[in-house]
Amino acid sequence: MRKVILATILLLPSWVFAAGAGVPLQKANTDIMDKASLQEGAKLFVNYCMGCHSLKYQRFQRTAKDLNIPEEVLKSDLMFTAEKVGEIMDIAMPADDSEKWFGITPPDLSVTARARGVDWLYTYLLSFYKDDSRALGVNNLVFKDVGMPHALWKLQGWQKPIYETTTDAEGKEHTHIASLELVEQGEMTPEEYQNSMRNLVNFLDYVGEPAKLQRLALGWKVLAFIFFFWIVAWFLKHEYWRDVYEGVWKR
Amino acid sequence: MSTEGVNVTRRRFLLASTTVVGAVGTGFIAYPFVASMQPSAKTQAAGAPVEVDISKIEPGQLLIVEWRGKPVWIVRRTEESLKGLKEQSLLDRLRDADSNESEQPDYAKNEYRAINSEYLVVIGICTHLGCSPSYIKKDDTHNLPGWWMGGFFCPCHGSFFDLAGRVFKGVPAPLNLVIPKHAFFANGTKVMIGVDPEGGAT
Amino acid sequence: MMKLWNASIGWIDDRFPLTTMWDEHLAKYYAPKNFNVWYYFGSLALMVLVIQMITGIMLTTNYKPDAAQAFASVEYIMRDVDWGWLIRYLHSTGASFFFIMVYLHMFRAMLYGSYRKPRELIWVIGMLIYFALMAEAFLGYLLPWGQMSYWGAQVIISLFTAIPVLGEPLALWVRGDYVISDVTLNRFFAYHVVSVPIILLALVVVHLLALHAVGSNNPDGIEIKKNKGDDGIPLDGIPFHPYYTVKDIVGVAFFLFIFAAIIFYAPDFFGFFLEHSNFIPADPLKTPEHIAPLWFFAPFYAILRAVPDKLGGVIAMFASVWIWFLLPWLDRSPAKSIRYKPFIFKFALFLFTIAFLVLCYLGLQTVDPVRTMIARIASGIYFAFFVLMPFYSTWGTCKTEPERVTS
Repeated sequence: MRKVILATILLLPSWVFAAGAGVPLQKANTDIMDKASLQEGAKLFVNYCMGCHSLKYQRFQRTAKDLNIPEEVLKSDLMFTAEKVGEIMDIAMPADDSEKWFGITPPDLSVTARARGVDWLYTYLLSFYKDDSRALGVNNLVFKDVGMPHALWKLQGWQKPIYETTTDAEGKEHTHIASLELVEQGEMTPEEYQNSMRNLVNFLDYVGEPAKLQRLALGWKVLAFIFFFWIVAWFLKHEYWRDVYEGVWKR
Repeated sequence: MSTEGVNVTRRRFLLASTTVVGAVGTGFIAYPFVASMQPSAKTQAAGAPVEVDISKIEPGQLLIVEWRGKPVWIVRRTEESLKGLKEQSLLDRLRDADSNESEQPDYAKNEYRAINSEYLVVIGICTHLGCSPSYIKKDDTHNLPGWWMGGFFCPCHGSFFDLAGRVFKGVPAPLNLVIPKHAFFANGTKVMIGVDPEGGAT
Repeated sequence: MMKLWNASIGWIDDRFPLTTMWDEHLAKYYAPKNFNVWYYFGSLALMVLVIQMITGIMLTTNYKPDAAQAFASVEYIMRDVDWGWLIRYLHSTGASFFFIMVYLHMFRAMLYGSYRKPRELIWVIGMLIYFALMAEAFLGYLLPWGQMSYWGAQVIISLFTAIPVLGEPLALWVRGDYVISDVTLNRFFAYHVVSVPIILLALVVVHLLALHAVGSNNPDGIEIKKNKGDDGIPLDGIPFHPYYTVKDIVGVAFFLFIFAAIIFYAPDFFGFFLEHSNFIPADPLKTPEHIAPLWFFAPFYAILRAVPDKLGGVIAMFASVWIWFLLPWLDRSPAKSIRYKPFIFKFALFLFTIAFLVLCYLGLQTVDPVRTMIARIASGIYFAFFVLMPFYSTWGTCKTEPERVTS
């Protein structure tokens, strides 16, 4: 009985994740403890994303503190939209304008990594391709008919889809995109681009939950303390319960 | 309950150890709860220094600005009132004329309680129980004594202060009004409240 | 020193029954000496209640029950308030652990027949606590004002609309608006923070008073009060304090270890404790692709969906919760504890447990024909376990219950 319950509890997460559909996601393999990667990601975000996307729950000062960025560097390299370090990482673009330009207000990205997951974001950033049927000329494999232009095309260059036609059991033909091919390289090689996107996603993961740095650093200490308390309490319990086991306890 | 056959020393030791470790643990877990009541990052950001343009203040006029949610007064004092601040008859009536007990940055601990004697920058909160006093000029109608040369009067409990924010004797307020950190810049036409002057003490 | 202490206690005792209460509920409350691991969960549930109260109060000091600010204020707690993240995770993880503790506590009662005479009222009060807890969790889940909060509340309140005639006005009355809105959020906050916790606390006190009046059951399901010594104390009883207090501290330490491990290393617990979609602010114009209830409501949600009729589904769902109340009167087995019950009862309980877990899993998944079929079978088992209990609980022969508890 006990084993069945245990097995069920252990299996539950895998069952839940087995139920996913669509494009297989690529592993982002980010490391939130890698400060250099986070700094690189922050720089990319400020330069390429923050034209449209805000981080309105995140403060410049907190970012600098958590990522070991000196205040002078913060002010010169990252703070284009704010004057005071305590300010939130907001954008200047009014929501009305952006809605006019893109048909949708670019979402705030503070907690997007928690909603979508790092693998999705990573795959998304690698999956833009040319599609002349769209108003902005681009489409995305994991976010069909996305309203966002390929903001990083200068870095990545352009990808084109390779179509594949399969015949199903009933003899009908289906055409779908098998893969993407880089037809025009940007400033970065594909490896460099993947690395940059890993850094960017890592930064977004950090921004999604800045406290992650604190809790990961603190966790094992707390667990060690509780374990120690458990040992002491266990000895105390056994000392008292000798009365019960040995029949010493008398009323 | 009988203690026959019980190792009392061991039991006491274990009881004490568990209590101590448990108490330490309780302290650890209490800390975050207590600390969470400190001003948050947002509050601290809102308490950042405030910049004020003082070039348009007329002599004798008072300007109120908000810094950390508190009223900060900037008073442009006239030649006459500055002279009055040094008169012995006034000094005799003050509780802390030299501001030895009161709170102000070192650079404002002088006879005018100011960096630039013309401008008084002071937190407009009575040191008694936190009301904000009113600014009463010499010529304003008031029922204060005849020697009144202008200053501040707290309507809550009747404390009064001179034009340097110094408290008078015989009123409930114990100390002079607090002078915040501040610095003049742009040739003295602007003041930044909440920071020390460059090169000044922190 | 001792003299001063005794004098102080004496002074209080003359004015308040302190020593009497201490003795009655701790020092001279005699509990069976053969409690096993299943008996930890009651005291642990109580501890989680305390954790929820303290962290909850701290959260209200920074949370804003306003549709325009609620989501942002939660992120404010997570980032700008010192240690706010820890307090929030304690509360969100505590909610799930409350249910884990309560489910294990209830399962213990089913194993050892703790709901049987003379403890029927303890069980009924316990069920009321469970009800209050579900209400508390449901109300609280709206507060972060994420997509799951919003649409979860929308769906659950719409359940009322299945009731003929009265349903629609009732749903409107609960929401105070035509859809879930700022108004609903504001009142849910008040109920979550004030009304339901008071009821919950009162019920817990009554639950404990009732327990201490009749005495605790034990894994052997026999009454220790049948065998008393000359002094009137049960021969198999030991004072709750110090024996079970020191034992429960060990349980608390073990619990805290697991609890802290989740808070520090997996606070959203793979989307079970904090759902991913709830990190998207509530949008009344767009339902998320997959909406799932919280895991502790999932079994009942699966039963709701298993019935292909709106009213029927709602009735089945409410019945699946209400039927628990009848348990003390459904079980007619001569033995209380599973240890002495025949195989048929063990098998029924095993099947029921599997059905409950399967329903819990299915409630979190999207619907497809195979899953619906499985959900129907599991729902059938679920109800059969209760409805047929008066019959199968009398089948087979029980092993002889011992005179005294076994260790």
